[in-house]
Amino acid sequence: MTTHPVAASGPSRLDPEPLPRRDFLGLAALWSAAVALLFGLFGALRLPRAAVVPMASRKFRVTVSDTLAPGEALVPAGRSVAVFRDADGAVYAISRVCTHLGCLVKSEADGFHCPCHGSRFAPDGSVIKGPAPKALAWLAVSKAGAGTIVVDESKSVQAGTKVTV
Amino acid sequence: MNGAAAGAPAVRRFLHNLRDLPHQLMASVVRSGAPTTDRSRSSFVFGNLFLHLHAVRVHRWTLRWVTTWGLGIMSVSAFLLTLATGILLMFYYKPYPTAAYDSIKDIHFVVPTGLFIRNIHRWAAQLMVVVVLLHMTRVFYTAAYRSPREYNWVIGMSLLVVTLGLSFTGYLLPWDQLAYWAINIGANIAQSPREVTDALGVTAYFDPGGLQKFILLGSEDVGEEALIRFYLLHVMILPLALAVLMGVHFWRIRKDGGMAKPTDADARVGALGPETYPVFTEAPKKTYHLAAIVRGRTPAVGRGPEKTLPTMPHLFYAELAVLMLTVLICVALSLLSNAPLKELANPAVPENPAKAPWYFLGLQELVSYSAFMGGIGIPTVVIVGLLLIPYLDREVDGTGNWFGGTGGLPLVLRSTAFGLLAVLAVEVFAIRFGWIREWFPAVPQLLITFVNPGTVLTAVYAAYSLWCVRRYDSTRAGALALFTCFLCGFAVLTIVGTHFRGPNWEFYWSPSQWPAH
Repeated sequence: MTTHPVAASGPSRLDPEPLPRRDFLGLAALWSAAVALLFGLFGALRLPRAAVVPMASRKFRVTVSDTLAPGEALVPAGRSVAVFRDADGAVYAISRVCTHLGCLVKSEADGFHCPCHGSRFAPDGSVIKGPAPKALAWLAVSKAGAGTIVVDESKSVQAGTKVTV
Repeated sequence: MNGAAAGAPAVRRFLHNLRDLPHQLMASVVRSGAPTTDRSRSSFVFGNLFLHLHAVRVHRWTLRWVTTWGLGIMSVSAFLLTLATGILLMFYYKPYPTAAYDSIKDIHFVVPTGLFIRNIHRWAAQLMVVVVLLHMTRVFYTAAYRSPREYNWVIGMSLLVVTLGLSFTGYLLPWDQLAYWAINIGANIAQSPREVTDALGVTAYFDPGGLQKFILLGSEDVGEEALIRFYLLHVMILPLALAVLMGVHFWRIRKDGGMAKPTDADARVGALGPETYPVFTEAPKKTYHLAAIVRGRTPAVGRGPEKTLPTMPHLFYAELAVLMLTVLICVALSLLSNAPLKELANPAVPENPAKAPWYFLGLQELVSYSAFMGGIGIPTVVIVGLLLIPYLDREVDGTGNWFGGTGGLPLVLRSTAFGLLAVLAVEVFAIRFGWIREWFPAVPQLLITFVNPGTVLTAVYAAYSLWCVRRYDSTRAGALALFTCFLCGFAVLTIVGTHFRGPNWEFYWSPSQWPAH
């Protein structure tokens, strides 16, 4: 029985190939393609992150009547803000957006109640019960004429910031 | 055939061909002819693009109802139903605030069969969530996730996540109060990593939560941008992802050797009945010799096809039966109960209580203790834990048997008792006595984030499962304990969130006790 010359001397197709020198080029091509595609993917993901956000102005004017009792909330229509007037006549605004998951809290005699997960806040906005991680935000207020203030919903300030009107 | 007409005048040949048209048309579509023999049944399957996802023969173990309960096919059937009805709804649906609500109203009250189609869409979607969960449960308890099927378990988990994503994104589209506030909460859960970054004081530099919410909504709050994004996810991105993952899932079932079978499956299915067809007794008597050169495991190598039956008709008829059952369930439910449509979304007045779809209410219960842990932390731990099960349990004992492996059914029952007791104890304690914030209002938030009823329950379950690993000296026992506890926790939290939580997420024994508002 004669052995086949090729089968005896040369490697079989079924054996693993030895590492050829060209592997460096192959790997480089593979990695550069991967990097380029990854870069492209990140570029594509930049698109959904809007640069300009369609949103109504968050600044608004509100007239605070002298008859507003201390502790009574004035909720301007369509705004997630409660405006108060203290015993000295100073006015302040507290955001009604719950710091837990963004529901609108309701102003009650003993503070604020959140309808979604039962967080309770004191009249100054600090958390007294429930899952809310931090106090309700106090909002920037400024005087805009007699009895009228401007509230900026996008700007939160130190608790206790008030303006006299 | 043609012989009779050959040589005849062209007009007669034409008429003959015309008469023969239906037959020729059929023969050109199904090349192998009627599936009446072993060979033609085989080529009926592998000669068809859609059917050849199946093997041409199927083991009789697979055909037993108790092997799978048809849950996988039922998930696909429910998906196909949502797909068909969803495309129909797209004829009228307009993804723009207010117009969206009006178009759903039109679908309800004006469009012929509109309400019925929307009902089927909703019920099929809900059924899909239930059946996918049951399917996962079946695969787990029959230990079918084990080698070589680990990767398909991972694909299955991705399918579960995408299924839940499809349900969640569909929830916003009607643009009613229910939708608006549920999505508002969902988007704020995406933002909840801020609970941790705020507590650490690094939100100004590192704010993954804010980025997630912003990408999801395309804006700071739920508005037109959010609606179009959810629409895009719901009708395009997620269905495509689901379809691709399903393709991989099915393909892997075959590549991994079909359904998981116990080693004594051949003996247990017994001899072929008199009504069944003998295997490869006809010319040319070919078998799967080609499969012998394939490396690794293939279904037929070394075992022979004796315990198998032709896929056509045995498996296909079973699958068709499951599809028809799914259609029946969805149509019946659609006739009994209409999909809800509340009043138009009103960003100024929150729904009270604002509840997510029922299968998320267990999460909402956890979220009511900590937004980050309940909405992101614990779900991530659970999903990663489930993903790792096949890689951590590498035992072989009991594969393919219900409640197979060390511990078995007694351990599952014991874990059910433990899982229910633990979740009820934690819930009763939290409902009765409140939590840290009520006792010490000034406590740092990070403490509550990491120590709350949800994390305590997760830790208790993990500890119990580790104890089971040691007690039974088996990783499968630990997996059985953990998975059973997970199911108990999921069920109880979902029931509490659905039935026992009312306005302000307060505990009520019954919705009839809710205060009027």
